Amino acid sequence: MIDTPAVAATHEPAWVRRIVVGVSLAFVGLFVVVPLAAVFGEALRNGIAAYGSAIIDPIALAAIKLTFVAAGIAVPLNVVFGVAASWAIARFRFPGRSILITLIDLPLAVSPVIAGMVFVLLFGKQGLLGPWLGSHGVKVIFALPGIVLATTFVTFPFVARELIPLMEAQGAEEEEAAIVLGATGWQTFVRVTLPKIKWGLLYGIVLCTARAMGEFGAVSVVSGHIRGRTNTLPLHVEILYNEYEYQAAFAVASLLAILALVSLVARRVIARRVETT
Amino acid sequence: MTIAVRGLTKRFGTFCALDDVSIDVPGGGLVALLGPSGSGKTTLLRILAGLEHPDRGTAMIDGVDLASQSARQRNVGLVFQHYALFRHLDVFENIAFALRVRNRSKAEVDARVRELLKLIQLESLERRLPSQLSGGQRQRVALARALAARPRVLLLDEPFGALDAQVRAELRGWLRRLHDEIHLTTVFVTHDQDEAFEVADQVVVMNRGKVEQIGGPAEVFEHPANDFVMRFLGHVNVLDAELAEGHARIGDITVAIGAHNGDTRGRVYVRPHDVDVARIASAGAFAAQVVRVTPLSGGLKVELSVPSIGPLRADIDWERGTALALRNGDDVFLSLRRARVFAHDGHDGHGTAS
Repeated sequence: MIDTPAVAATHEPAWVRRIVVGVSLAFVGLFVVVPLAAVFGEALRNGIAAYGSAIIDPIALAAIKLTFVAAGIAVPLNVVFGVAASWAIARFRFPGRSILITLIDLPLAVSPVIAGMVFVLLFGKQGLLGPWLGSHGVKVIFALPGIVLATTFVTFPFVARELIPLMEAQGAEEEEAAIVLGATGWQTFVRVTLPKIKWGLLYGIVLCTARAMGEFGAVSVVSGHIRGRTNTLPLHVEILYNEYEYQAAFAVASLLAILALVSLVARRVIARRVETT
Repeated sequence: MTIAVRGLTKRFGTFCALDDVSIDVPGGGLVALLGPSGSGKTTLLRILAGLEHPDRGTAMIDGVDLASQSARQRNVGLVFQHYALFRHLDVFENIAFALRVRNRSKAEVDARVRELLKLIQLESLERRLPSQLSGGQRQRVALARALAARPRVLLLDEPFGALDAQVRAELRGWLRRLHDEIHLTTVFVTHDQDEAFEVADQVVVMNRGKVEQIGGPAEVFEHPANDFVMRFLGHVNVLDAELAEGHARIGDITVAIGAHNGDTRGRVYVRPHDVDVARIASAGAFAAQVVRVTPLSGGLKVELSVPSIGPLRADIDWERGTALALRNGDDVFLSLRRARVFAHDGHDGHGTAS
């Protein structure tokens, strides 16, 4: 009668199970697998040579480079911020702590387009700080600094959100032990805290990187879409698409899809380690 | 290395964890801080280790005020209640930690860790992670880790609290022998009076952030300073009585008592082992009925019912128990070898009526 104790409590007739499983699979197939397959199908429609030339196109290469540079700056910044913020939130009770916890989630709640516009308002030609910065030869909007700022803003919750519950669950006893044993603050961090949180941190970094490379809205507002100079991969895809270069657009999009698949695999592997430590 | 604590006070919000506590630990001494949970003993230990800062008062090691030293400068060995072993490091690296952060040479680290592994008898398990050890083994690793950098004093927070009874008894004897070998000034926190009496040469009884009594195990047990110490150190019969000069009347029974503060009503304290059980009436004895007899380590626990008093407990040794052959419902005669009264201190609610 009963297959395993685990399902005994919710033992449903076979036809119910089949329908629930079937609906789930059909949904995932329709909304995830088919579009993903379409991306690769379209990308390779004119053969592998056309696919290759779309990617080694100098403008595409510049977009790839810019994407990696922006993520390469934004992710380390967010790692530093995320570790510091989660350390402070998990270990101390200070005024403004609950505000900090709430604000960390802000980028997840606010539309990325608004985030981009805020930076234009701040650093644009008619913005608050823009004229002053401009007179000192610093260009933020329609340049790399703006793209990095927007990317950082959109991705800063990921590391902190991963670490706060982990650090709260682990407590501070091992750190106290390290201090009493004569370790400095830095030695305690490197030898005790970091090994304790490393898998959670890595998980946060993967999520943060995936989002940083895929971000469209906020970056689109601040970038100015200057070909070969301020276009990231997602923006390049949009331009190609708008110019009816479907095959090239999908070829470049397939790169983003591959990045997403790699980070999914990395997430699964790391998530397993997080659970076992 | 001596420890001197003077007027230490620590509050957490409205809760007073330590209230004007003064204690001296002689060099090479082994002192137990004994008290119920919330009595402030762990807070005192954490202040000595530098993990908490007192609101008032001083703590000194060898005459040097600890306030001038951070936790990491104090070189104090602390064993946490739940050990706080580094979960990602194996036994060897856990013990080596204090030496590694001091940048000692590899040869020196190796030699010291081997020496300690031998001391705790875990040489074969040096590559195990803490999660692969039993509770008693973790306890010993925590102790070795605390000893690695040759601390000036050793502090242990409920060192045997998380272990089962048999391992606990074993480790107690081991800790006492270890202390006799290395003569390190040691303070340990416990809520178990057997543990304190067996291991320590001085016992500090604490309650609600205050020191109730300091003395050797026999001294605090034989001469409790007040009703709290009397109640906390082992079972005690507490009886309402009318007090008079030199004697007290409990129901129909009159017992001799020492000097008291002159109150006419109060409580009389009688240890179960001061209640004598006999089959035949003797002068001053009173009648009682056996309710239940339970074997105890080293004797029998006899629960009795006395007509004018109510329930009373007597502890008798095996020999006496065998001679009396008590059964539930037997009629017996009791006499009280020793009854005590305490002047009410007024600091806790359950003292004698005044």
